[in-house]
Amino acid sequence: MSIFKTLREKPWDAQVAAAGNAVAVAPIDPQGAARIALRFIMAIVSVLFLLFIITFLSRSQYPDFQSLAGQPWQPFTDPTRLWINTGILAIASLAMQFGLASARSAHLNRAIVGISSAVFFSILFLLAQLDLWQHLYALGFYVNTNPANSYFYVLTALHGLHMMGGLIVLANVVFRVWYDGSPESLSGPLQLCTTYWHFLLGVWLVLFALLTSRPETINALAAMCGF
Amino acid sequence: MYLVIALVLLVVGSLIFHWWSPWWFTPLASNWSTIDTTVNITLYITGIVFVAVNLFMAYAVFRFRHKADQRSKYEPENKKLELWLTGITTVGVVAMLAPGLVVWADFIDVPEEADVIEVLGEQWQWRYRLPGADGQLGEVDARYISQANPFGISPNDEAGNDDIIVDNSELHLPIDRPVKVLLRSKDVLHDFAVPQFRVKMDLVPGTVSYVWFTPTRTGKFDILCMELCGIAHYTMRGHVVVDEQDQFDAWLGEQPTWAEIQDIAPGDTLAGQGLYTVCGSCHGQQGEGNAAMNAPRLAGLPDWYVERQLHYYKAGIRGSHKEDIYGQQMAPMAGVLVDDKAVRDVTAYIASLEAQTANRTLAGDPERGKSHYTNCGACHGAEAQGNYALQAPTLAGQDDWYLKRQLENFRLGIRGTHEQDNYGHQMVLMARSLQNEQSIDDLMAYLSSL
Amino acid sequence: MQHVAIADQTEELHDPHSFITKYVWSQDHKVIAIQYGGTAIFVGLVALVLSGLMRLQLGFPESFDFIDPSAYLQFVTMHGMIMVIYLLTALLLGGFGNYLIPLMIGARDMVFPYLNMLSFWFYLLSVIILLSSFFVPGGPTGAGWTLYPPQAILEGTPGYDWGIILMLASLAVFIIAFTMGGLNYVTTVLQARTHGMTLMRMPLTIWGIFTATVLGLLAFPALLVSAIMMMLDKLIGTSFFMPALVSLGENLDYTGGSPVLFQHLFWFFGHPEVYIVALPAFGMVSDVLATHARKNIFGYRMMVWAIVAIGGLSFIVWAHHMYVSGMHPAFGFFFATTTLIIAVPTAIKVYNWVLTLWQGNIHLTVPMLFAIGFIFTFTHGGLTGLFLGNVVIDLPLSDTYFVVAHFHMVMGVSPIMVLFAAIYHWYPLMTGRMFNVTLGKLHFWFTFLGTYAIYLPMHYIGILGVPRRYFAMGTTDFIPESAQTLNASITVSALIVGMSQLFFLANVFWSIRNGEKTGHNPWGATSLEWQTPDVPPKHGNWGKELPRVYRWAYDYSVPGAKEDFIPQNHPVTKEEQTGGEHEEKA
Repeated sequence: MSIFKTLREKPWDAQVAAAGNAVAVAPIDPQGAARIALRFIMAIVSVLFLLFIITFLSRSQYPDFQSLAGQPWQPFTDPTRLWINTGILAIASLAMQFGLASARSAHLNRAIVGISSAVFFSILFLLAQLDLWQHLYALGFYVNTNPANSYFYVLTALHGLHMMGGLIVLANVVFRVWYDGSPESLSGPLQLCTTYWHFLLGVWLVLFALLTSRPETINALAAMCGF
Repeated sequence: MYLVIALVLLVVGSLIFHWWSPWWFTPLASNWSTIDTTVNITLYITGIVFVAVNLFMAYAVFRFRHKADQRSKYEPENKKLELWLTGITTVGVVAMLAPGLVVWADFIDVPEEADVIEVLGEQWQWRYRLPGADGQLGEVDARYISQANPFGISPNDEAGNDDIIVDNSELHLPIDRPVKVLLRSKDVLHDFAVPQFRVKMDLVPGTVSYVWFTPTRTGKFDILCMELCGIAHYTMRGHVVVDEQDQFDAWLGEQPTWAEIQDIAPGDTLAGQGLYTVCGSCHGQQGEGNAAMNAPRLAGLPDWYVERQLHYYKAGIRGSHKEDIYGQQMAPMAGVLVDDKAVRDVTAYIASLEAQTANRTLAGDPERGKSHYTNCGACHGAEAQGNYALQAPTLAGQDDWYLKRQLENFRLGIRGTHEQDNYGHQMVLMARSLQNEQSIDDLMAYLSSL
Repeated sequence: MQHVAIADQTEELHDPHSFITKYVWSQDHKVIAIQYGGTAIFVGLVALVLSGLMRLQLGFPESFDFIDPSAYLQFVTMHGMIMVIYLLTALLLGGFGNYLIPLMIGARDMVFPYLNMLSFWFYLLSVIILLSSFFVPGGPTGAGWTLYPPQAILEGTPGYDWGIILMLASLAVFIIAFTMGGLNYVTTVLQARTHGMTLMRMPLTIWGIFTATVLGLLAFPALLVSAIMMMLDKLIGTSFFMPALVSLGENLDYTGGSPVLFQHLFWFFGHPEVYIVALPAFGMVSDVLATHARKNIFGYRMMVWAIVAIGGLSFIVWAHHMYVSGMHPAFGFFFATTTLIIAVPTAIKVYNWVLTLWQGNIHLTVPMLFAIGFIFTFTHGGLTGLFLGNVVIDLPLSDTYFVVAHFHMVMGVSPIMVLFAAIYHWYPLMTGRMFNVTLGKLHFWFTFLGTYAIYLPMHYIGILGVPRRYFAMGTTDFIPESAQTLNASITVSALIVGMSQLFFLANVFWSIRNGEKTGHNPWGATSLEWQTPDVPPKHGNWGKELPRVYRWAYDYSVPGAKEDFIPQNHPVTKEEQTGGEHEEKA
């Protein structure tokens, strides 16, 4: 691991010093900073969801917890609606990837098609999630009736908020590129947005798996975590 | 230079303070002398490090203070020295940790022969439950908790019937017998702490935690709540009395079982009306009170409060303080009620009297009084309607001259300082947050306005 | 991305001209740092006043009519929360992090200046929300800074309604602000270091701030999670943390939640938070010590490793705050062990600071006095931590004044000693003028001796068994009367220390105009921030060209060199190289 090697350097040593002078002259990569920031953002968001998931597993071991799947009358025993939403989000992610590939090969029109369909499907996903909320509400699964419901609403809401944050950034990127009239600089920022979209898809898949787990699966996971 | 002197003086001063100080752990009254030993081991190791590091630093500052022709030594690191220091530190840490872990293993391993008792905490009182003849505590659930069933004992569990209920804050324990204390809370976090026993543990609503110890010394010790539990946290006190076995058995015999408590018949209003005639001569036939006779209004007071006060008067818990002139008048009158049934009957009658509006005799600023009342309202209710769960009587409708006198009595320790007055001591502590007469008058003005 | 360019730009930047863009909506890291610092010190003063009021009640009970049990708990809570989050975290990272990172690593600014500006405004918003809770019905929350449910959101606790909601909202906004700032700090350190500034050439200040920021970024989400869940429990009636309970005689609708779960989340944030405060302080004090002892920091590599190790370990010690919380007692073994392990790298840091003084050439300047004072207070506070971390000793001591004394020593007084050291040390850089030395020394002596007079006796009050968060002790069978005398003396010391901060404020404000002009590098420091072309540094920091770094940050008293310091941007001379190697072989 190079970081351990770095940490063993003796900075006062004359030879190391000479090496240092030679190495670190590389110019700063403007995309590099944004990429690092994105990595940190994804790490922070992962920690956020991970902590929610851990508390979910811990909370699931109390007797009043009734998971949302497993019995015929529970809404996610038949996860069709969730699959549809997942499909929509996956299409958005693919569209981003398509847009990025087009931007890289300087097909501006195709890139615009990719980005706009990504935006369209992302918003559609959010609306579908909202509809899912209403569906659950109509079935009488309110936020405070059971902790499993509370977690469902909280986790989907947070995921949706992160999606909206992504949309704002994407809008900013597109607007700036258009405003600057430099489409060739699109692919860099777009790359980061695409990564973020894939990341959100990944988060959603984890949440999906968790929310539709049967009690046995949840109990097994909780046991693995020591609850 | 001053700094060197200051550092040396601080080190020496700390040591002197430590040895000279009369302030140290209160004498132990349980089996946990091992905890004290662990404390001492840590104290000596850390003490040596504290003295060594700081004196060395003082010496370094003294010896290498700036001089015109002086130059520092250029020494980026010294691996050998650093490894040695790391090694020594590790040894010190292990020497502190190892005994700690051994004692902790004892702490979480409850002896099988330990007696089991339950401590129930709630804002801001302690209650206790001991298993009856069957040696088992009955099941409980927060859902069953009500005025009649403060412990929430399940009606479906036979084992609960012979449970011994201690409905006050004084717990007795036999000496030299290990006890496992189950800790349960009705509402928020509390912490069961007896400094003489050294061990403590939080009470967590929704779960049962525990702590175990063996009392090794007879005496009466304070129980303190040590986890912040709201406005009156600091008044949440109790006592544990460690007895010889025969004294303990005698005490245990006096405590009612859950079945006995449930069997108590409610008071008879009609019989109470007859008994009330005597009371009425001072308190008025409608219970309206009489300022000239210094007799407070009784109408509107809840039955549980009147009953408790009558018991207190009869038992000398209230009205026995030599400066409590009016209480001393009341005490023999309460003695007229021959038994518990008579008390319940007259109480039932008083509770049936219609609530009235209070007379206002004091001038105060109700706005300022309102801000004082925030603290009172936590127990007595936002409308001063009283709250059984906190044993806090109704204040609305009571005459202000009476309330004022009681507050002053609490402040001066004339009322509420008897050691069996379980709730009075809370009022003693609370009343002392009102520092002057004006504050009391303002508060009274607010209460009259309710 | 255009905004990245500022850090990277090679040509000189010009100051924005209008007052608004220069001082209010500024994107200059130095202005933002001062905005952060000023706001933090302002709320810190509010918290200082609150602590004075608390001490008045404890030292002289039954004397102050306006301090009632609710008010007392509100003072305790707001004092704690403000000091930990809104003062220390904000001042160390938002203030010093912002000021020093670009200067010390040779960048023109943070890589995302706009985000940096937003960070400050969100911070200000969080402070305003927090302070507004003093003016809502019921007042601020009085649940203790740990905000433990169920009591934090139930009747019977001051501010259970508006107060707690505003507190949680303020924390959420603060976390957003911190995240925006924090992303900047880590990215700037990783991306915008100037030519030749390798990681191991960075001053320890940067290592401390960097590691603390990473901890913060990963730990604050835990606080956010618990805040969101508690807010829902309060507002919508979910049962994340709320079990079935009977509050003041009323059966509530909650079922089955776990209050201990909140504590786990809170301390998963709360313990790293201790190091979020401590690590930047460790770093800055190292640089102050090295500069004023005219000696390289002893064992630089070990210091870096210790910072990283402490940062990593800080995530697996949290439950040592919960030994008596009713969690599974077997956790005690694990957490006591990890907690005491963390003592080893911490002790190494202390040894290395002291060894830095050894064979140095110690100038007892005001910053140096504070730095040495820090070593003393930190040693004391660290050692009492070994009592509380060792699980069985925590049984008698937890929730007593011993805990209060310990954490004030270790994360109150110690970081504040460093903050003062740092403010005095970098004051000539920030203003171009020297502070008044006499006032500075007075400030040091009152603060150093005064705080020790507060906290040493407080440990003994705790050992007696006096519980914390008690409005009044009343009578007990085990606390001697003399404890009250001790409490009164603590209060007197506290008031004196509190008042003596006026020396500091007066000094800071007076010297901005009247201090002696210092010019470049008055302390003869090697690190890059002192090598700017202008003092105080202008927008863009470096004039026409970015500096080039040729050596580590601690070339003090290098044998054979003319001066007793060689700045980082001075090229290595031929003679020096051979001389250095010669030294190495010998």
